[in-house]
Amino acid sequence: MPLDAHGRPGRVLLLGGTSDIGEAIVRRFVQGGTHHVLAAGRKPAAALDDLAARVEHLTFDATDTATHGAFFDDVFSRHGPIDVVVVAFGVLHLPGEAEQNPDLAVEMADVNYTGAASALLHSARRMRDQGSGHLVVLSSVAGLAPRANFVYGSTKAGIDFLARGLAASLADSPVGVTIVRPGFVRTSMTAHMEPVMFSVDPDDVAQAVVAGLAADRGVVWVPPVLRPVMALVRMLPPALARRLG
Amino acid sequence: MEILSGWGRRPRSAAHVMRPADRDLLRRAVSDGAVIPRGLGRSYGDAAQLSGGTVLDLTGLDHFRIESGQVVAAGGASLADIIDASVPQGWFLPATPGTRHVTVGGAVAADVHGKNHHRDGSLGSHVDEISLLTAGGEEVRALPGHGSFSATVGGMGLTGVVLETTFRLLPVETAWMRVDFVQRPDLPSVMEALAEADRRSRYSVAWLDMLPGRRGRGVVQAGDHASVDELPSRHRSRPLRRAPMRGLPAPSLPAGAVPAATGLFNRLYFSRSGQGVIEPMDTFFYPLDRLAGWNRLYGSSGFLQYQFAVPSGAEATLMTVAEALTGASTPVSLAVLKRFGPGGAGILSFPIEGWTLSADMALGDPDLAEILDRCDRLVAEAGGRVYLAKDARLRPELVPVMYPRLDEWREEKARIDPTGRFRSDLSHRLGLF
Repeated sequence: MPLDAHGRPGRVLLLGGTSDIGEAIVRRFVQGGTHHVLAAGRKPAAALDDLAARVEHLTFDATDTATHGAFFDDVFSRHGPIDVVVVAFGVLHLPGEAEQNPDLAVEMADVNYTGAASALLHSARRMRDQGSGHLVVLSSVAGLAPRANFVYGSTKAGIDFLARGLAASLADSPVGVTIVRPGFVRTSMTAHMEPVMFSVDPDDVAQAVVAGLAADRGVVWVPPVLRPVMALVRMLPPALARRLG
Repeated sequence: MEILSGWGRRPRSAAHVMRPADRDLLRRAVSDGAVIPRGLGRSYGDAAQLSGGTVLDLTGLDHFRIESGQVVAAGGASLADIIDASVPQGWFLPATPGTRHVTVGGAVAADVHGKNHHRDGSLGSHVDEISLLTAGGEEVRALPGHGSFSATVGGMGLTGVVLETTFRLLPVETAWMRVDFVQRPDLPSVMEALAEADRRSRYSVAWLDMLPGRRGRGVVQAGDHASVDELPSRHRSRPLRRAPMRGLPAPSLPAGAVPAATGLFNRLYFSRSGQGVIEPMDTFFYPLDRLAGWNRLYGSSGFLQYQFAVPSGAEATLMTVAEALTGASTPVSLAVLKRFGPGGAGILSFPIEGWTLSADMALGDPDLAEILDRCDRLVAEAGGRVYLAKDARLRPELVPVMYPRLDEWREEKARIDPTGRFRSDLSHRLGLF
C-alpha cells in the first residue's frame, strides 16, 4: 500500500526506536492514522508502548551492517508493505571530545553514516520492489558548513549527500525521499549541550516531517528559517564564519 | 514496473502493467498473483492501482455493439466511443458521470451516477447482465439479484474482470439539451432550487462557489433532452448530429494560480443564465472534457475530490461540512451539489437517497487531512458516506460505518475470489476485505 493522498503512512518502520525525534515522528504518524509501527533498535523502545497502534519491537544494530540484508528481508517479507522507513538513529559526542578521541569519531561515522547508508540503500531497494514507499532521513544543518561540531557534521554531510543522490536515482520510481535538516533539537542526545539559536523540540521536527510528506517535499528544514540562514552561512568567508562560531 | 496514479495524481505506486489484447491473454493474466483491472484511470484515488502487483489495462478490449436499445460492451469500451455510435441512432446513456472518458468496466465497478440520479438511479439499475472473469479463470454470468452482480456493481473491480456488460439505453430525439439556469445567492437557496428542479427535469445539478465569503452561491442547471421541434431551425434537419467540441489542452499553472483561476472560472460560470437554453449535450454533460488533462492544473502534488453523500434530513450536516471545507486554508476550486434518488443495485454502491457534494481541492497542506477527517466523522455520524471511486485518504475504521453492508459484500467477495487475488491499493488502505 502506498501512502495516502496526504502522505500519511499505514505501516512505519522506525530505525532508532529510542530516538526522541523518531518517537515524536511516529507519534504524529499515529495521530494521522498509522496503525502499525515497527520500532527497531538495540533496545526495545518502551516509550512507544502507549501508542494507539500495533507496536512491535525489533532488534536492529546499525553498526552491524552484515546483518542488515537479513533484517530488511525479514521486515519487508513478513510484515508486508512498509509505507515509510524513518532513519532516526544517531550518535552525538561533544565537539571537543570527538576531535581529541578518534575512536569516538569512528563510532559516529559508523552509526550516522555507514549504518544509515546501509539502512537507506537496503530500504530503497525493497521499496522499489514493493512499488511504493517513502524514506525519511534525519540529516542535520551541522552537515552543511563545518563548525565546532564538524566531526558529527561530516557524518551528517555524508548521509545527506547519499540521500540526495538516492532521491535523484529514485526519481523515476514511486519511492520518495524526504531529507530532514533540523538545527539544534532539544533531546536526550543533546541534553549535555547548551541549546543554541533556532533550537526546536522533537515534535517540531515531527510536524515538519508530516507537512513535508503531505507536500511531497524532498528537503525539510526545522525551523524553516534555517534554510536562508544556512545559505548565508555557507557564503561567508571561512575566517568570518569562524569568528561568528 | 510502471508508475500509476488516479486522476488526482496522488498517491502513486508502481505495478506490472499488462495490456491483454484478447480474452485468452486476459485469462492467462488473471491466472496467478495479485491483480486489479484498470480502465482509463479516471478514478480520482488509488482504486485502479496495486503496488508491486499486476494491473490489467483493459482499454485494448473495447468492442461493443448496439442493438434494439441495448448495448453489449466489453469492459474496456469507453462511454465516449459508445455515445459516438449510439447518439446518431437516437440512443443515449442511461446514466453518465461528468466525463465520457471512462470505461464500461470502471463505470460498473464504481456504479457511476449522473445528473439524472434523482429520477433514473445509477448505471447499475440499467444493467441487465454482466459477464465476469473471476480469479479462478471462470466466466460468470451475473444477473440482477445475483450475489455476484450486486458485489460487482460498485465493487471497485475487486470481484473480477468485467468482460462484458449489457445495459439499456435511453431513447433521445436530438443531441441537444434544453436547460434552465437559476442563480441563487447562498447554499440553502441553492438546495431549495435544486429540489424544485428535480421535480421538473430529468437532469439537475448545482455548481457552487465555495470560496470564502461567497456563502455557497450557486447556479442550478435543470435540463432535459430537447425534442426536434425545440431546436433552432438550422439544426432540425440533422437533430442527432453532435456539435463538435473543441478540445483545449489544459495549461500548466503554477500551484498558487489555481485559486485565481478558480475565481475567474466561477465568475464566468455563474454568469450563465436563461430559461430554455438549447445547448449541445456534450456541453451539458461533459463541460470539463473540453480541457484535456485538466488534472495537471494542480501540478505534481496533485489534488483530490472530496465527494460525500448524506441522507435526506441531514441537511444540517451538509451545511456544516460545506462550511468546514470553505474554511480550509486550501480553497475549494470546484464544487458540485446534486440530489440522489434511492440507492443503487450494488452492495457498495455509493448513492443513498439525499444529497451529494463534491469538492475539488489541491493537495499539499497537512491541515487539509485533519479537516477532511473531521468531515468524514460528521458524514458518518449522519449516516452518510464518501465515494470510494474518488477516495485517496479515508481512514479504514470509518468504512464499515459508512458502508453498513460491508460484511455482506465481504461474504460475496470471499465466495467469488476466495484467495483474495483481486486487490488494489484502495482495498489495502481501507481494509475492504
